[in-house]
Amino acid sequence: MADPNPARTFNDPEDPIIAATVPDHYSPLLDVDPPAGENSRRPLKGFLVILSGLLLVGLLMALIGKSGPSVSQKTDLTLNAPAESTNISAQFLEPVSRGPSAGVSEKSFRLHSGVRAPFPWSNTMLSWQRTGYHFQPEKNWMNDPNGPMFYGGWYHFFYQYNPDAAVWGNIVWGHAVSKDLIEWLHLPLAMVADHWYDTNGVWTGSATLLSDGQVIMLYTGATNESVQVQNLAYPADLSDPLLVDWVKYPGNPVLVPPPGIDDRDFRDPTTAWYGPDGKWRIAIGSKVNKTGISLVYDTEDFKKYELIEGVLHAVPGTGMWECVDLFPVSLKEDNGLDTSFNGPGVKHVLKASLDDDKNDYYAIGTYSLESGNWTPDNPNLDVGIGLRYDYGKFYASKTFYDQNKQRRILWGWIGETDGESADIKKGWASVQSIPRTVVFDKKTGTNILQWPVEEIKSLRKSCKKFDKLEVGPGSVVTLELEKATQMDITAEFEIDKEALKRIGESDMEYSCSTSGGSAQRGELGPFGLLLLADEGRCEQTPVYFYVAKGTDGQLKTFFCTDESRSSLANDVDKRIFGSTVPVIKGEKLSMRILVDHSIIESFAQGGRTCITSRVYPTKAIYGAAHLYLFNNATSANITASIQTWAMKSAYIRPYSSHAF
Amino acid sequence: MRSSVFLLCVMGISLTQIEFPTSDLVKQTCKRTPNYDLCVKTLLSDPRSSHADVAGLAMVMVDTIKAKTIATLHRISELLGTTRDPKTKAALRGCVELYDNAVLKADLPSAMEALKTGVPKFAEQGTNDAANEADSCERAFSGVSPITSFNRNVSDLCRVASAIIRLLL
Repeated sequence: MADPNPARTFNDPEDPIIAATVPDHYSPLLDVDPPAGENSRRPLKGFLVILSGLLLVGLLMALIGKSGPSVSQKTDLTLNAPAESTNISAQFLEPVSRGPSAGVSEKSFRLHSGVRAPFPWSNTMLSWQRTGYHFQPEKNWMNDPNGPMFYGGWYHFFYQYNPDAAVWGNIVWGHAVSKDLIEWLHLPLAMVADHWYDTNGVWTGSATLLSDGQVIMLYTGATNESVQVQNLAYPADLSDPLLVDWVKYPGNPVLVPPPGIDDRDFRDPTTAWYGPDGKWRIAIGSKVNKTGISLVYDTEDFKKYELIEGVLHAVPGTGMWECVDLFPVSLKEDNGLDTSFNGPGVKHVLKASLDDDKNDYYAIGTYSLESGNWTPDNPNLDVGIGLRYDYGKFYASKTFYDQNKQRRILWGWIGETDGESADIKKGWASVQSIPRTVVFDKKTGTNILQWPVEEIKSLRKSCKKFDKLEVGPGSVVTLELEKATQMDITAEFEIDKEALKRIGESDMEYSCSTSGGSAQRGELGPFGLLLLADEGRCEQTPVYFYVAKGTDGQLKTFFCTDESRSSLANDVDKRIFGSTVPVIKGEKLSMRILVDHSIIESFAQGGRTCITSRVYPTKAIYGAAHLYLFNNATSANITASIQTWAMKSAYIRPYSSHAF
Repeated sequence: MRSSVFLLCVMGISLTQIEFPTSDLVKQTCKRTPNYDLCVKTLLSDPRSSHADVAGLAMVMVDTIKAKTIATLHRISELLGTTRDPKTKAALRGCVELYDNAVLKADLPSAMEALKTGVPKFAEQGTNDAANEADSCERAFSGVSPITSFNRNVSDLCRVASAIIRLLL
């Protein structure tokens, strides 16, 4: 409805209502002179004239439009303008980043940094980046792990895949099989987007193995109208151990978003666990406003479902929960447990991938079959606000129970942290982590431990041992001058006791991500290994411990990976990340590192804290990549015992075509 | 008298027919981008914006970037025909690869699909990268770039798009 007094809203000093006539500086579109002779006898008419004039003003103003506030450009270069600024002026707008101060992680790291000269990547540099023993398809884009399971004597692995490009899109299910989780045979695509209920994406899902030998695969489909639904699929032929062909249930979708849940907040069904009354139960992640939640459904046949009232769990402020996972861990035994296992001596881990910050969070708690709820042991370390599986690049992870060796195994998607144009050039993007066993950490009672599967050792060759190397403050020791691009390394460190006694309290809390990385010296750190370092150490990726006395007088140990000098290129992410790692009295500081070209997976204290990193050196590649031991502390002497193995490449190839 | 009333009615109706230049959602959304003016101008020049949600506005932005990318490629093609300087030619060819292979064939379709299917994080990757490609193209010219306005336009639009997509996360 038109404002009868539009002029008032424009703060005009001359109020036309008071003036008897339309003021000069408005240019009326229409002539509104009243017919002669009627003015004095028709005040109402005069009012109408004025009203018309005002409407005209309003019309004019509406057409001209109001200009928006001018945004101050070029003000907030919030991050890392490098000291060596080039002579290229900041021609382009630097976006105003809300940044960490607003509780938002700096996601588009490269977009907000200063001058980003494009690096002239050569084919030699790019082809070096491909891993030697991590799972990846021959080309193109991959993301989430799907439906991992052991069936018919084979480990099966499915994954989100773009058959057409090295960026996300056109998503279908890739498939590969293995006898040992290390060597893989690529099979034909398991499922493609060939029905209305998954035509816009055959997305993430999980497998459930029934005791009668059936294999149930539940997955999310993006329909022709971009609604997220859950679909059922099963192998076409259970007698085929390779499970090459899959059939989709004709009655799909089996689940659609329930009332109150947005069409786009309903995805990633879990493996089912046995519920009460002989029913099966699954969980699906979602959100309500900013609260991340997990819905639970009961089913008898995986075709009809009943939404259970309430939620499995919810945590405010965490946003959308993707790839929810719920699984039991034994408090006493070292083996993994079937997903349906429950009872005394068991706790349940609940995990969610947070869409908002692209990290995987887990929490240990108790799951009650009767109430259908899961409760965290420590609400301060609840899902999404506490511990992470991995403090580097690691997302959309999923576990499965390996009944072959009675282990709980974790897969994680490791994306690229270079530019998409480099991915397009090199023709591929993303790898998977080496599968990790997951067990409850009996020593702390508050963590899980992740460790690369034993089978990885089959790739080890040419071992080198360095026993009790003494490294003084501010020194570097050469460990490996041969090609140090595919390595398995274990290292133990001891800090000299005198230095530990001497250390004073710090009034500043250390944190990997806000520190100066390996270059920031403290009394008791940093010390560790320099990976993928060239001889001049222009490029290097330190993985290190940093010990400090916190403001509470307690010694704290930090485990960090420093990418800041990992590459001379400026168009790649170069973060410093990590976390504290609990160290039990009497434990030596220990780390294990898997180096495989552009991926480094690091594990501290037997896997209590893990960091996966992607690095893209330009010089420290092929024969020029070396391994060093360093101690950059100011006062502590470090004693290090190290074992290194060169790693063979894993056989990861298409299954020979004649089989089909 | 009657004519005045009639005039009044006509103008009253006319006012209701005009969509006031900045609808609330467009205003609110653009305020949270690094370039309010560009954002508003771009969105309002597309009729879809008046009844779009935030995801829809992001899609309008991505379509605009696509159009500007195509325009840039046309311009580069023209320049390749007329430029003599080998360095400039090499830079231009490099830009074709960036704009065609990366932005047009990969980044933008990926971003659009992600927006349509409700997984905005992949859309953000696409528009962020497209901005980087435009910047890379501009920096490839050691002398003066002959397509600064094109590169700058694409880059600015991408940053606005990324900011809008960020609101969806």
